[in-house]
Amino acid sequence: MSADIIISVRDLQKHFNAGAVHALNGVSVDIEKSEVLVVIGPSGSGKSTFLRCLNLLERPTGGSVVFEGVDITAPRTNINLYRRRMGMVFQHFNLFPHMTVLRNLTLGPTELLKKPQAEAEGKAMQLLERVGLADRAGAYPSQLSGGQKQRIAIVRALCMEPDVMLFDEPTSALDPEMVGEVLDVMKELAKMGMTMVVVTHEMGFAREVADRVLFMDEGVIVEQGTPEEIFDRPRSERLQSFLAKVL
Amino acid sequence: MAESFASLKESFVFNFIEGARWKYITNGLLVTLKVTFFALLLGIVIGVVVAMIRSSYDKTKDEMQPGPGKWAMTVLNAVARLYLTVIRGTPVVVQLLIGYFVIFVSSTNTVFVASMVFGINSGAYITEIIRGGIMSIDPGQFEAGRSIGFNYIQTMRFIIIPQAFKNVLPSLANEFIALLKETAVCGYIGLMDLTKGGDVIRGRTFSAFMPLIAVALIYLILVIFFSWLVGKLERRLRSSER
Repeated sequence: MSADIIISVRDLQKHFNAGAVHALNGVSVDIEKSEVLVVIGPSGSGKSTFLRCLNLLERPTGGSVVFEGVDITAPRTNINLYRRRMGMVFQHFNLFPHMTVLRNLTLGPTELLKKPQAEAEGKAMQLLERVGLADRAGAYPSQLSGGQKQRIAIVRALCMEPDVMLFDEPTSALDPEMVGEVLDVMKELAKMGMTMVVVTHEMGFAREVADRVLFMDEGVIVEQGTPEEIFDRPRSERLQSFLAKVL
Repeated sequence: MAESFASLKESFVFNFIEGARWKYITNGLLVTLKVTFFALLLGIVIGVVVAMIRSSYDKTKDEMQPGPGKWAMTVLNAVARLYLTVIRGTPVVVQLLIGYFVIFVSSTNTVFVASMVFGINSGAYITEIIRGGIMSIDPGQFEAGRSIGFNYIQTMRFIIIPQAFKNVLPSLANEFIALLKETAVCGYIGLMDLTKGGDVIRGRTFSAFMPLIAVALIYLILVIFFSWLVGKLERRLRSSER
């Protein structure tokens, strides 16, 4: 195995309802360090399931996910230790509504990484500064706009100092005028060399930021390549008809 | 009119002032409040634990891997269900008698026995309240907690339970009010609570009207007071969501 591969997915299968629904039908992919991998595809194509299998929020029914050389799908693996190193950002933000922004950000670092409160807060404030929300540290999530919530959610994941960031349609629940501010944060993150796996419908973002694009349909990777290959020279008919609809 | 008022006053003095019989009422009230308070505390502890067992079993039984963990959860869940069925399926008076004459037979502290019995009884109802509260929380909250790296218990403790608790506070307060009235059967095990206190006065003075109406009034005032508090609490909780 090459040294710079961080996640190696082999023949991933996910069946729901005792095999009645095949969400993933043998997906294999290697994700390299500092790579931005964007996953596109029609709804129901299995792209979100694929992403959620990477940190085992969804338990695959077959195949393996190897994270930095450790098979995290093995029964004896303590998945909680590996989830700390894989930040996740959700479509619906999922901030903790009963905590202030700052507490949302420091909960993981203080309780799991056992960082002193002051250190965790310092790190959180520094990151809040980066996304332009330092003045909202004392606010509750209900007092924030969708775009602000999602930027906070990204910072919350970053506070755990993860090796990989997983994005599950991070802009799909946002008002159109707030999409940009979230994508900007993600672009900056990509520039800093963060390894990112992004499930999205933002083709502009995919084209601009992705190192590699995966096109999924019916639980398999239909086509993959650089943004130019995928968007300018699509080979398969399925990808062509998909792009015709979304572009 | 003046005549009946005078006789009321006479009856009041006779029932409560003479022989310092009002002490039956005040001491009884204290016992009632004590039993209610401790029972509620115990009920909440039991409720949280059993609700966690029940809801985590329901949520994870399909994904749990075979082994001692799954076996333990299955047993715990079965015990929890048995507890809920038995407690909710039998009268609290019977539970009280069984508690006093069968289970805690060596204890002479009736306040303790009554608190235990009512706590165990109330725990079954509080379990269902809290379970409803846990199930009302968006599953995304649970996923967010797990994705950060919290294990099941930590996610419950830091993220789910605090939110669920806030949602069910009004129902819990209502359970407290119901419990307050239910403890009136404490007299069955010879505990001098408010109701028994009034009844003892009736036995001494052979006049039923004054002591029993007084007892009823005190319950009523307590319930009205606590209902008002609950209403205030609900408004406070709602406003903090804005």
